[in-house]
Amino acid sequence: MAATDMTAETGTPSTRARRLGALARSELTLLVRNRYALFTAVLMPPLMVLVLRSTLAQADLGPTGMNALEGALTGGLALMLVLVVYLNLTSAYVARREELVLKRLRTGEVTDGEILTGTALSAAAPALAQSVLMVLAGTLFLDVKAPQRPELLLAGLLLGTVMLAGLAALTAAVTRTTESAQITTLPLFMVSVMGSGLFVPLETFPDGVAEVCELLPLTGVTTVIRTGWLGTGGGSELLEAAVVAAVWAILSGYAARRWFRWEPRR
Amino acid sequence: MTNDEYEYEYAIRADGLRRRYAGARGGFEAVRGIDLAVEHGEIFALLGTNGAGKTSTVELLEGLAEPSGGTVRVLGRDPYRQRAEVRPRIGVMLQEGGFPSDLTVAETVRMWAGCTTGARPVGEALELTGLGGRAAVRVKQLSGGERRRLDLALALLGRPEVLFLDEPTTGLDAEGRRETWRLVRRLREGGTTVLLTTHYLEEAESLADRLAIMHGGRIVAAGTPAEVTAARPARIRFTLPEGVPAGRLPLSLRAASEDGRRVEIRTPDLQQALGELLFWARESAVRLEGLDARSASLEEAFLDIARDATDPRDQTTDTFGTEKAGV
Repeated sequence: MAATDMTAETGTPSTRARRLGALARSELTLLVRNRYALFTAVLMPPLMVLVLRSTLAQADLGPTGMNALEGALTGGLALMLVLVVYLNLTSAYVARREELVLKRLRTGEVTDGEILTGTALSAAAPALAQSVLMVLAGTLFLDVKAPQRPELLLAGLLLGTVMLAGLAALTAAVTRTTESAQITTLPLFMVSVMGSGLFVPLETFPDGVAEVCELLPLTGVTTVIRTGWLGTGGGSELLEAAVVAAVWAILSGYAARRWFRWEPRR
Repeated sequence: MTNDEYEYEYAIRADGLRRRYAGARGGFEAVRGIDLAVEHGEIFALLGTNGAGKTSTVELLEGLAEPSGGTVRVLGRDPYRQRAEVRPRIGVMLQEGGFPSDLTVAETVRMWAGCTTGARPVGEALELTGLGGRAAVRVKQLSGGERRRLDLALALLGRPEVLFLDEPTTGLDAEGRRETWRLVRRLREGGTTVLLTTHYLEEAESLADRLAIMHGGRIVAAGTPAEVTAARPARIRFTLPEGVPAGRLPLSLRAASEDGRRVEIRTPDLQQALGELLFWARESAVRLEGLDARSASLEEAFLDIARDATDPRDQTTDTFGTEKAGV
């Protein structure tokens, strides 16, 4: 017995951080080798900022207190999270499940939560890189003010990442193939684009509609990000947005653990 | 959990193990009360027809699922509830597991090593399973046999004390199969306990110290290969020339023939029966065409058991779903 205990103790012990790092690293490698996912992660976000800017240039931004470029960059950050975290992660979860990778992983030391988190980290990394690039590009080259409340901006990005990773896992649960992921991710994508104040400011919506839109997953995140960067808004409006974002993040994380599917349907 | 010390005498121990899958009409019970005790350093084979419940059983032993009844101990611990303590000490190779197809072999092993306590170096793990030359190849370009060996490399990565192999050689060619056998024997020499399932009977016969044959979710025979086959009769077959009816054979041979020419003799004492037959043939100047005599093999035993166990009253079929619920 002493001998067997010895072998268990020699060698590098497997820690949570090491396991998460190993999973995230291999997922990042796979991201770089997947042309479609790489395009979504690298080129789509700046393209979206351009589209947002030309759309917002024609909108009445008066009541929002920001100009078209500021609206495009802050909205672009939120939309970037949808692309880089939600769309790509949904495909990654589905692909790994259908290849029976998840089933195989679950026979090892890594826990279920670590598998979901480690994979999510591989989407959080490019999301962070895009955020840094967009803030730098805006501040250094486009005459946008530097983030007014950086801690709030970071919190918004973080909440958005957690929430969208959870929603990606949930979406993956109802998605059978990576091809059909392009369809199953569409509803949240469309709802976010139309109703979360990205292309059309919520202030221009009728009151009843705007109130419902306030509760959409990405609306709270967008508001927190905007307040963090531009310093506009604040007070009860900010608090409400932060609560909405946090509730979505917690609920989607919990629901993902509860309903995620680990093996293909037969 | 009260008698951990006692149970730790065995590497693997199961008592009254049951597994029920939820489903219509009360679901389906794939494992129906199994007792197992695998000693440290032993190779134990679980045999059975398709659908006999082998994989369902192994998944319970590996801690991938919670039994609906009975207890499992692996190295004295509950593999499902004490997963974090058991997993670092076991290695698992599923019957059907996967790897990301766009990673290379080396990347796959490196990823797995990052998730494994006391992992072997990547190169060593690949050499062990003969994949040393394939390190830079993408998983999707591997042959079926190579994927099986990659799977085995991952199972061995953490130098496990107990190794679970679910049909480890399915899809391998004869040479690959023998390579795997050599590796498994070498692991046993190093003190590893191996529980494997297989439907190749020669594999169980040549590898296993002990084995159990499953049928319909139960263990219907268990012991060393010699013990399992010892209880079974040997068999002699031949064809008599025209004009020599089977009735002329000595009665003591208890020969059976369906058409009067092709004869089968089943006997617990092969030497005695064969001697008597050959003596009679020489005395009667009869040539026995296609004479074939063989001791009971595991295959014979297996087929016998599968036949016997299919009791018509129990309508046990091997297919999920068509199984009558609640039998």
